[in-house]
Amino acid sequence: MTRQTKQSANLLQGTLDMLVLRTLLYGPAHGHQIGKHIQRTTNEFLQMQHGSLYPALHRLEERGWVASKWETAPGGNREFKYYRLTEKGRKQLVVEESQWKQMAEAVARVMWPTPEES
Amino acid sequence: MKWWQIRKRSADLDRELRSDLELEEQEQRENGASVDEARYAALRAFGNPTLIREQTHAAWSSIWLENLLRDFRISVRTLLRSPGFSFIAVLVMALCIGAATSLFTVVRSVLLRPLPFRDPGSLVMVYEHFRDPAINAVEFNYNSVSPADFRDWRTKTHGFEDMAAWRYAHYNLTGEHGELPELVDARAGSWNLFPMLGVKAAIGRTFTESEDRPDGNVVMLTWNIFERRFGADPSIVGRQIHLDGKPFTVVGVLPKWFIYPDAGLQRIWVPYESGMSPELLNHHDYHFLRVVARLRPNVSLSTALSQVGAVQYQLHMQNLHAPVAEDVASKTLTQDLAKDVKKPLTILLCAVACMLLIGCLNVANLLVARSATRQKEITIRSALGAQRMTLIRGQLIESLLIAITGGVAGVLLSLAATKWLVTTWQNLPSALSVHTDGTVLAVACALIFAAALLSGLLPAISSTARGSVAALQASSRSGAGSQSRTTMRKSLLTIEIAATVVLLIGAGLLLKSFWQLRTTNIGCATTSVLTMGYSLPAEKYDTPAKVNAFNESLLDRVRTLPGVNAAGLGSVVPGAGALEDDIFTIPEHPPLTPGAPLNDAMYRLASPDYFSTLQIPLLSGRFFTRDDRDGRPKTVIINKRLARQFFPNENPIGKHLHVVPYGDADYQIVGVVDNTLYQVGQLPGPTMYFPVLSGNNMGFTLVVRAASNPLALSVPIQMQIAKLDPQLPVSDVLTIEQIIQQSLGNASLSASLVLAFAVLSLVLASVGLYGVLSYLATQRTAEIGVRIALGAQRRQVLRLMLGDGLRPALYGLVLGLAVSVAAVKLVESMLYQTRPFDPAIFAAVAATLLVVAAGACLIPAWRASRIDPMQALRTE
Repeated sequence: MTRQTKQSANLLQGTLDMLVLRTLLYGPAHGHQIGKHIQRTTNEFLQMQHGSLYPALHRLEERGWVASKWETAPGGNREFKYYRLTEKGRKQLVVEESQWKQMAEAVARVMWPTPEES
Repeated sequence: MKWWQIRKRSADLDRELRSDLELEEQEQRENGASVDEARYAALRAFGNPTLIREQTHAAWSSIWLENLLRDFRISVRTLLRSPGFSFIAVLVMALCIGAATSLFTVVRSVLLRPLPFRDPGSLVMVYEHFRDPAINAVEFNYNSVSPADFRDWRTKTHGFEDMAAWRYAHYNLTGEHGELPELVDARAGSWNLFPMLGVKAAIGRTFTESEDRPDGNVVMLTWNIFERRFGADPSIVGRQIHLDGKPFTVVGVLPKWFIYPDAGLQRIWVPYESGMSPELLNHHDYHFLRVVARLRPNVSLSTALSQVGAVQYQLHMQNLHAPVAEDVASKTLTQDLAKDVKKPLTILLCAVACMLLIGCLNVANLLVARSATRQKEITIRSALGAQRMTLIRGQLIESLLIAITGGVAGVLLSLAATKWLVTTWQNLPSALSVHTDGTVLAVACALIFAAALLSGLLPAISSTARGSVAALQASSRSGAGSQSRTTMRKSLLTIEIAATVVLLIGAGLLLKSFWQLRTTNIGCATTSVLTMGYSLPAEKYDTPAKVNAFNESLLDRVRTLPGVNAAGLGSVVPGAGALEDDIFTIPEHPPLTPGAPLNDAMYRLASPDYFSTLQIPLLSGRFFTRDDRDGRPKTVIINKRLARQFFPNENPIGKHLHVVPYGDADYQIVGVVDNTLYQVGQLPGPTMYFPVLSGNNMGFTLVVRAASNPLALSVPIQMQIAKLDPQLPVSDVLTIEQIIQQSLGNASLSASLVLAFAVLSLVLASVGLYGVLSYLATQRTAEIGVRIALGAQRRQVLRLMLGDGLRPALYGLVLGLAVSVAAVKLVESMLYQTRPFDPAIFAAVAATLLVVAAGACLIPAWRASRIDPMQALRTE
């Protein structure tokens, strides 16, 4: 029981990192924005509580893939912590993306084999 | 982010999460939700903030530190909640670690640290070595070297890079500007000694080869005398001071750290040959030199030594009628310096290690007891998902805290204790260099962590060992619970008691041996006799008549002082050491076969009243009279031991002793006196007494028997001496009792230290015993209540509980006695008239332990027997 949850969490975790990095490619954003963006883009498919983004964001920051700064939101007087993709993060995104692609292709080849290969 | 910014980082995260939540809430409100609904919806969309905060913390790399700090905080709080326990545990640790650190400091400086000389590893001491086992038994296997032997070794062998020698001396240092005269301790060292050791003068220079001759008149000062007597004025170098009335030029001051060969504080150095007659330098049979040699880099010690040994054997064959050893033997310089302290230090170190073990076991025991009361907390924590490592870590941090607090206190304690130990321990080699340094602190830290692990790990493992379900079940029923923990406590206690028994037996043996030494009859009056040393400078007292005149008028003056019952004059009093000895032959006996062991006896001077003043009985013949002077007639008095050994079946009175060094003549035996001990702890040696009025000018000792307090006489007597010769200093104003005490100082110190450790251990063990039994009693309250309700007698309950507590004590006692059988080997060589398996000591230790154990068990057992069954069952 425990073991299974852990595995899917790991899978999700890795994916989540990639999604966050990809989102930040559009420009700096704070946690709320990132969460909303991912939810909206997946048509609310990922039933993700955006609080769960924060461990990922902090982990990415520790690794130096994103950097953060408190800034006032445009048009408001409130300060948010904005995350921005670093050069290292950009490279990491490329790596993760290609890994994901390979993975998805591998899974796809098993699930939906093309006629000449079967 | 750096680790010290944890707080800031945490606040930052809170702010971030809050702003997100607020934004979400605001969006929900904009979508038309009411205030309350908006908050709930926001929380739903966001997730549990506490959980998220914790998960985010876990993503930080500083998580381990955070956990550590948290455990640390909890531990501090837990410890502060039971201040009594914490205080005792810290105190135990402080005492144990403090004592261990102190002793290690001393051991390191004295036994382990290399000497502060150039390449100290290649320095050795070379001694003459007699092969006769009877002689070896009394420490003549490392015999001082004679000057001619040393000269021949140095010139005829090439195995050593160089050889240097030093000898003991003392001088009357008289003031240049009216300061009081004083007798200063001196060493005469050959000119090459300092270059060989690699020691340079702090001011000025060391001796040159041309200064090292019999009429050499240069002197070096040690730092202490330079500071005290000469006010640390560097201009003293090049000036003259007067030693024994002769001018000596100060050529240098030795550095402050230089304390070879021992830590004698006030000392001067003169060249080795200075003051020796050229004739004396040619003697093969006067042994008074210590020879230091430096090995050549490519020559082994055995090769170098065998060369010297070959030369020595030749010398022996050439001097068969003189005490010239057949062989040589060597020691390293460190061994040589530590010879008297190595054994006691080792014993003390073992004792202190034993005590440290007991202390740790005791703290472990206390922790086990506490973990029992915290069993529910631990169970709940593990049921909620705490990992076993986390729980163990928490407990270890607690014991670490105890050990660190105790350790820091202990190290502070040891600073004072080390100072005390060094000043109390007489003649501790390199005493001045004993100090706490990095290595000592590192060892103290290691001790602290070892103690924390030892005392924390066992209880931590045992208290977290069980599955949570079993633990919950067990803790719901107080009667059946904690079997394994009880066993653990009992075995800890058994080891603790065993170690205590070993310590007690060691202490008991040392103490008994010390008591035997202390109560030895030395063979003369001790408490009522004052002694006082002086030596007449040969320049001023250059004829026997002058020496005799001084001595006789001093005796006459002292005798008339009020409070003086008797006064006499000798050279060396009983208890003050062996010092001079000489060989003799007996003209009435057939000559000794060449190569046979030579007759040897200690050499003493005595005035006519010497024996009656010291109350040494005359066995036959007569004492000296005032007419036994200037060698006319040549008379000698012998002691019983000499008479027994060399005149076994004849009357020695009227026979003669032929003594070479002091006149090469026959001395007629006129009396036999009873034995005295030259040193407490040694057997009486053959002794010959010559008349003090023979004009021999060696060191004199005035002995005065007082009517009441002998020390009150010291000032009047010194005033009489000053009237006769104001330039003459006196030394060692002591009663014989004090001389004996001084010679036993170190035996008394090690005996009382080991005893202190043992008593402390006994207290610790009894506290442990008491704790275990109280714990057992509380655990079994319900069971005992049931027993009493069912009709058990109070006496039976008492017996049950006592048996429970005394069993580990008994096991520990048996184990301890068994270990002691091996451990007494260590102290065996230090015992005097005490057998290592002394049944009285073993019995006394066993009895003491049982009584203390019974006492410690009695209170909880009695309390258990008083249990009110109704109340006991109700608390269930």
